[in-house]
Amino acid sequence: MKTSSPMKWFVSREGLYYLGLAALLVVILPLILDPFRLNMVGKYLTYAFVAIGLVMCWGKAGILSLGQGVFFGLGGYCMAMFLKLEASTPEATAIQSTPGIPDFMDWNQLTELPWFWEPFHSFSFTLLAVIGVPVLLAFVIGLAMFTRRVGGVYFAIITQAIAAVLTILIIGQQGFTGGVNGITDLQTLKGWDIRTDEARNILYFVCVGMLFLVLFVARFVQNSKLGRILVAMNAQETRVRFSGYDVAAFKIFVFCLAAAFAGVGGAMFTLIVGFMSPSFIGIVGSIEMVIFCALGGRLSILGAVYGALLVNAAKSGFSESFPELWPFAMGALFIGVVLAFPNGMAGLYQTYVMPLEDKIFKRKKVEAVAAAEPEATKPVAKKTDDYDPMIDSYSPEKS
Amino acid sequence: MFDGYTSSELMSIFAMQGFAGLSLFSVFVLMALGLTIIFGQMGVINMAHGEFMILGAYTTYLTSGFFQSYLPGLFGGYFFVAMILAFLVCAALGALVEWLMIRHLYHRPLDTLLATWGLSLIMQQAYRSIFGAREVGVELPEWMLGAFQVTDLVELPINGLFVMIIALSIAVGLYLLMYRSGYGKKVRAVVQNRPMAEAVGINSAGIDRATFALGCGIAGVAGAAFTMIGSTGPSSGQAYIVDTFLVVVFGGAQSLIGTIVSAFGISQAQSTMEFFLSGSMAKVLTLLFVIGILMLRPEGLMALKVRR
Repeated sequence: MKTSSPMKWFVSREGLYYLGLAALLVVILPLILDPFRLNMVGKYLTYAFVAIGLVMCWGKAGILSLGQGVFFGLGGYCMAMFLKLEASTPEATAIQSTPGIPDFMDWNQLTELPWFWEPFHSFSFTLLAVIGVPVLLAFVIGLAMFTRRVGGVYFAIITQAIAAVLTILIIGQQGFTGGVNGITDLQTLKGWDIRTDEARNILYFVCVGMLFLVLFVARFVQNSKLGRILVAMNAQETRVRFSGYDVAAFKIFVFCLAAAFAGVGGAMFTLIVGFMSPSFIGIVGSIEMVIFCALGGRLSILGAVYGALLVNAAKSGFSESFPELWPFAMGALFIGVVLAFPNGMAGLYQTYVMPLEDKIFKRKKVEAVAAAEPEATKPVAKKTDDYDPMIDSYSPEKS
Repeated sequence: MFDGYTSSELMSIFAMQGFAGLSLFSVFVLMALGLTIIFGQMGVINMAHGEFMILGAYTTYLTSGFFQSYLPGLFGGYFFVAMILAFLVCAALGALVEWLMIRHLYHRPLDTLLATWGLSLIMQQAYRSIFGAREVGVELPEWMLGAFQVTDLVELPINGLFVMIIALSIAVGLYLLMYRSGYGKKVRAVVQNRPMAEAVGINSAGIDRATFALGCGIAGVAGAAFTMIGSTGPSSGQAYIVDTFLVVVFGGAQSLIGTIVSAFGISQAQSTMEFFLSGSMAKVLTLLFVIGILMLRPEGLMALKVRR
């Protein structure tokens, strides 16, 4: 897929989809929502980071990780540790028996800062750790699993067990991690109060910006040769291996990429919500992240964003008015998406809306061809420029 | 971590924790047996397995209530009726689920995982709406109360022992069914080579349905047994599900002996370490250990050799 100039890309069909999402997130939602709701949308968007990672990892490469919450949590905890240290100055914590350490450590009779908290005094280290820690863990897991050719259901179960381990560890070691309450009472980022409405608005836009950055990285990978290999690997792993590609290396890469996205999402989550707790990252949380991706369309990175927004909005809506109905709806969503719409909303969009668009676009294209002469003389070649969220029709996974 | 204990003290600690771990072992075996035959047969991970177990537990709860009000004379034997009912209810629901859902997803094992997770959410919420969020317990018949005094340090509660006997007899029964019956022969044929099994006239779809129902039925019996040693709440099943998956995967899918060995190993390791470390650290270490072994030996302890 080659775009001759950035301007042309923006008026292409794919560009319009991105512009549509940008218009929704940057213009429409901030205009119609009050700051509280906008903050909630920001929270949903942080899950979209994970969902985009899952599209790359699960949709494209066929690696289902039920432990994405681990990476989300690690990113979030890294950020939360920095903010907590900033909030725990010796002056602010003067009433503690050991001033200068986070309050929950003092409650748990710790008298000095644990060694692994020390580097989080530095903001640049924190930024590095938000991506570095999840990627490092993903790399270790990936190296151990994929080089031994563990995949499919086994990989899913093991990642789920890792999510369980991390949650138990965080809850159990409450002196070091804040336990089941998590790291709460975060106040400022480099002296800037993150709790005001204004700060929350700014953080929302930062989050949208980061989201688009991640979307473009994902898009770049998906459209590169690497992306094609990932898809090929999903469909015919053995054939790709026999063609001379190191399948394990590609899998490790895409798993690390998904972990990096999730880590960024987690850090944004901490900033936007103002605390981090183990309840967001356990088994249940991690598997819910898969449904964001599945509902949006497991092969579409834009779909993942809409999926995360919709599921979370529905969850808040249901929980406010009919809390007892939400699990039914969620369960039905899991079953329905898997049974009836394996390609999610993006698949439906492609089947039902795109043909309509084609009709409209065709008319426009004639004008475009007339305007942008010599290059667009071949309508057949032009066709490949059209954005195809599916890239590949759904291919059943091998057992 | 062994500092400050004499060797004889250590021995009794190990014995004591070992016996304490046996009740965890029984729960693992009961849950894992159903899971392992479903996973071994169809490569399907049934995330709703814990909820099937809880369905069995609620069936037992209702049966005990029924016996208390209408047949108080027969109360001592209600458990056996409950066990059969639990099996039938869960197997019927299992067959229904297989027909409605699972059979459409055989070629997409990862999708079954998600679909059954959805099912588990629905079932949990259904329990919460019907039976309430509080945990319920059954009244044990008199003969199940009390304990055997083995040595002066070690005593075995009869209900725990009873559950273990049930677990082991189901394991033996399952072994006989799988390795000494015509049905078992067909199941193993389908596991080893589905197209060839179909070619010689085995109805593999029927075998799948029967196996899924059987696995769910065993989960129901597990639930019935579970009521004897603990109370039942809507989300009790979920508490064990990850450990049980690890038991199954660690033991090597499709291997009954492997499942039992791994259930024993994991429950004993966890129970013994719990004495020396906190409960959460014991669990973390056990899980990490299992994950580590699985990285070295992904096919599990005792894997069936199958050509793929």
